[in-house]
Amino acid sequence: MPNVTVDGTEIEVPEGATVLQACELAGKEIPRFCYHERLSIAGNCRMCLVEVKPGPPKPQASCALPATEGQEIRTDSEMVKKAREGVMEFLLINHPLDCPICDQGGECDLQDQAMAYGRGYTRYDENKRAVTEKYMGPLIKTIMTRCIHCTRCVRFSEEVAGVDEIGALYRGENMQITTYLEQAAEHELSANVIDLCPVGALTSRPYAYEARPWELKKTLSIDVSDAMGSNITLCSRGREVLRVLPRINDEVNEEWITDKARYQVDGLQRRRLDKVFLRKRGKLVEGSWDEAFKAIAKAKPGKSIAAIAGDMVDCETMFAAKALVKASGSDLVESRQTGMDYPTGNLAAVNFNTSFAEIENADAVLIVGSNLRTEAALLNVRIRKAVKRGAKVFVVGPEWETTYPAEFLGDDVSVLGKLPKAVTDAFKDAERPALILGAGGLAAGAYDSALGLVETLGLVKDGWNGFNVVHTAAARMGALMLGFAQDGGIADIAKAKPKLVLALGADEVDWEPFADSLKVYIGHHGDKGAHAADIILPAASYAEKPGSYVNTEGRVQFADKAVFAPGDAREDWTILRALADALKVKVGFDNFAQLRAAMTEEVPALAVEGLADYGSLPKTGKAAKAEGKIAYPIADFYLTNPIARASTTMQRCSAELIHGEDVREAAE
Amino acid sequence: MADRAPAPDTPELRERWGGFVWTDENAEKARTFVSRYPEGRQKSAVMPLLDLAQRQVGAETNTQGWLPLPVIEYIAEYLDMPVIRVLEVATFYTMYNLAPVGRFHVQVCGTTPCMLRGSDDILEACYKRGMVKGSTSEDGLWTLTEVECMGNCATAPMVQINDGNYEDLTPERLDAVLDALAAGKQPKEGTQEPGRHTSEPSGGPTTLKEMVDANHDYRSEW
Repeated sequence: MPNVTVDGTEIEVPEGATVLQACELAGKEIPRFCYHERLSIAGNCRMCLVEVKPGPPKPQASCALPATEGQEIRTDSEMVKKAREGVMEFLLINHPLDCPICDQGGECDLQDQAMAYGRGYTRYDENKRAVTEKYMGPLIKTIMTRCIHCTRCVRFSEEVAGVDEIGALYRGENMQITTYLEQAAEHELSANVIDLCPVGALTSRPYAYEARPWELKKTLSIDVSDAMGSNITLCSRGREVLRVLPRINDEVNEEWITDKARYQVDGLQRRRLDKVFLRKRGKLVEGSWDEAFKAIAKAKPGKSIAAIAGDMVDCETMFAAKALVKASGSDLVESRQTGMDYPTGNLAAVNFNTSFAEIENADAVLIVGSNLRTEAALLNVRIRKAVKRGAKVFVVGPEWETTYPAEFLGDDVSVLGKLPKAVTDAFKDAERPALILGAGGLAAGAYDSALGLVETLGLVKDGWNGFNVVHTAAARMGALMLGFAQDGGIADIAKAKPKLVLALGADEVDWEPFADSLKVYIGHHGDKGAHAADIILPAASYAEKPGSYVNTEGRVQFADKAVFAPGDAREDWTILRALADALKVKVGFDNFAQLRAAMTEEVPALAVEGLADYGSLPKTGKAAKAEGKIAYPIADFYLTNPIARASTTMQRCSAELIHGEDVREAAE
Repeated sequence: MADRAPAPDTPELRERWGGFVWTDENAEKARTFVSRYPEGRQKSAVMPLLDLAQRQVGAETNTQGWLPLPVIEYIAEYLDMPVIRVLEVATFYTMYNLAPVGRFHVQVCGTTPCMLRGSDDILEACYKRGMVKGSTSEDGLWTLTEVECMGNCATAPMVQINDGNYEDLTPERLDAVLDALAAGKQPKEGTQEPGRHTSEPSGGPTTLKEMVDANHDYRSEW
C-alpha cells in the first residue's frame, strides 16, 4: 500500500487508488466533472488538476493518475489554483450564462465549482457556440448548449445500464452528445443520467421549471414500485411530492433508481381517493366515515372477515389489518394478490439470500422465470457487473433483451429437471453459483424444482447461499414475515367465503369469487380495487405515512412521511383502528408507537434495520418435477401499480416507449 | 472545420441504401480486416470497414463515396456493435463523408504553411471553376472542402483529390490537374513542380550535399 504526502500530511492509500482518491482520503476536496466513482475514468474535463512530484513540471489530472509510493501531492499550491481557474475559464467559454432559467441552478456542479474555484470573470469575447436540443425521450430534457462534454451520460448508459444509446458525435468544438437519430433513451434506468449530469444539459422533463432545490423539503423514504426497496429522497413542497431522487446505499440501489421509482410520483396527485365512497344501487356515491363504518358493522361479519394486502402497503398497515382480523377470530389474510400459493413456512426459501451486493460476485447465474429488467432493474445492473467479472448467465423463460450475454434455455420450467450440459458444467466449476427464481417461475410452479436444484447445483456453500427469489411487490417480504399468507393462497380465502373482505390497496385481485362479500377497499388510488369495492375508505400512499418495508433480500427499512394525504384520506392504520371500534373488537394499540411495539413484539426482526435472518433453506428430497410455461408478470414496466397508472409521465412513457406511439413534441 | 451532419434519414434514403451488402470482393476484404484483430475485438475493424463501405458506395454511385445511415447500421450489425458507436467514429473522422459527394472530392489544405505558399489562390481557382465550399457542383463532378493540414507542408500548397495528393500547386497547375481529371485522364500525382520528384529540397540539396551520391561521414568535420 503506497504512502503519499498530500499537502504535507503523509497518508497510506489502498493499492490501485488514484491521486484523486488519495486526496479525498486526506480530506482534500478535488473539484471534478467527468470523474464519477461508479463509472470508468475518462479524464477529459481536466478540473481535477493537482501538482504531483515526482513527475512532469505541470499540473496533472488526478483522477487518472495512480497513486504511487512517495508521491508528493499538492492541492493548495499557486500552480493548482491557477490551473483550476484556467480550466474553469475554458469550460465556461461555451457555457451559457443562463443559470437563472436553468433547472440545475442551486444543485449544479459547474455553478458551485465556478464559485469556489473560478476566476470570476472571463477574458473571452468571441461568440459562444450553440448546440441544438436533442430529443432523448419523455423523461430527459436536453439543453445541449450547456453540455461540457464530461461524457458521464455516455459512460453510464454503456457501462451501468448496458444499453449503448448515448454517444458523442463529431469532434472538438463541434462535439455533441446525442442518442442515435435522437431516438428516446429506452431503458428502465435512463433518467439516472439526469442526476449524473454535472450541469444543466440533461434535466428532468416532467419536473422542468417546477421548483428550486432549496424550496423542497427532503424526506427519506423507500421506493415501493418494485421489491428492491431502493432508498429514495422524496422532495416535496407544501402537500405535493415534486420529485424523487435516489439516496446512496451501496447495499441496495448503489446510487441509481428506476425511471418508475423516480417519475411515478406525479400519480400521487391524480385519481386519488380523497373521500369515503359507498356503493348504493350499484353506484359509488360519496359518504361519510360514520356511514361507512355503520355499513360495515351492519354486515355483521363476526368471524367471517378477511384481509388482502396489495403490493405497496407497509408492514404496519398489514399488521394492523392482521390484528383486526385476528381480534375478530379469523386468520384469513393474504398478500399474494394474483393467486400464487408457494409455501411460506420457511422464509429463507422465498428470500433473495445472496443479497444484492454479493450477487455481483456470483460466477454462474441461473434465472428462472424473471425478466429482471422490468421486475428488478437494479438487480439486473448487479448481474451485469457479475457478467463483466466473468459470470455465465442462463435464463429459463421467454426471451427478453438482456444487457449482457445470456443463454436462454426455453420457456418451460420442465427444463429444470434436465438442465443442459452447458449449465451443469458451468455450475460444477462455479465457486459462487446462484439461482434466481422470479415471480414468473413461482407462478409456473417452479418453486419445488428450483429448491431441488440447491442440492444438484450446489448452491449453498460455506459463506455463500445462492438460492434467491425475486419478488415484484414491495410489500411481499414484509407480508410473509408477518404471516400474511394462506397455504392455498388467495383461493383459500375465496373458499372460506368471508362476509367482509378488507382490500388494503389490493388492485390486482380477481374479485369474481368474492361477489357475495362486502368488499371494503382501503387504499389511495381509484384503480381496479376501488372499482370492485362496495365501500371505499381513502388511505395514504407510501409518501404520506411512515412505515417499514422489507425488500426482496429481507432488508428491513423505514420510510418517513413526506406530505399529508389529500382530502379525507387517513393513514391506513388509523382507519383499521377505527374499524376495530366499529366492529367492537380490541386490537391492542391506540397510536402508531403502540402499533409498532406490538408488531415488533410479534416479529422482532422488523424492529432492526438491515437484513433479517431467516435461517437455512428447507431440506428437500429429489427435485420435484414441474411443468408449465413461464409467463412474466409485468407486461408494461411503466404501469405496474396504481400510482404509476395514474401518473401522466408513466402513461406517456408507456405510450411512447412500450407501445411506440409518436408523441414527440416539437422542439422548444 | 466544415459543418458536418449525416444525410437526413428519409424513406428515400432507406429505400436506396437499406439493402446495402458487401460485394463479393469487398466481403472477402472485410473478412480480412476483421481477422486482423483478436477474437472478441472485432470492433477494432470499424475504421477500415467504414472506409471499405464508403468506397463501395463510391463505386456504386461513381463518386468518391459516402456513408448513408443504413450503411452505417449495416456495419454496426456486421461487427455486432451499437450503431451509435459506429456513428461516433464516422462523425469524428473527416475523411468519412456523411453526405453525398461528387466524382472528385477536392480537399484544399488551408493550414498555415499552405496558406503562406498561396492556398488562397488555389481556393480562388476552385471558385472560378464554379465550386462552392461544402457542396457539390451541378454536374456532380466536384465537391470542394477546405481541410486542415495533410502533412505535405514541404510541397505546399497542396490539394487532395480522392486518394491522390497534388502538391506544389499554382492556380495554373491546379487547372491542368482538374482538366485532366474532368477529361477522364489520370494526372501525375504528387508534386507538380517540373524536375522535382517528391518532397526533396526544391532546386537541389542545400545541405548534406555530400550525401547525395554516397554515404558520407560528416562526423570528422564537426
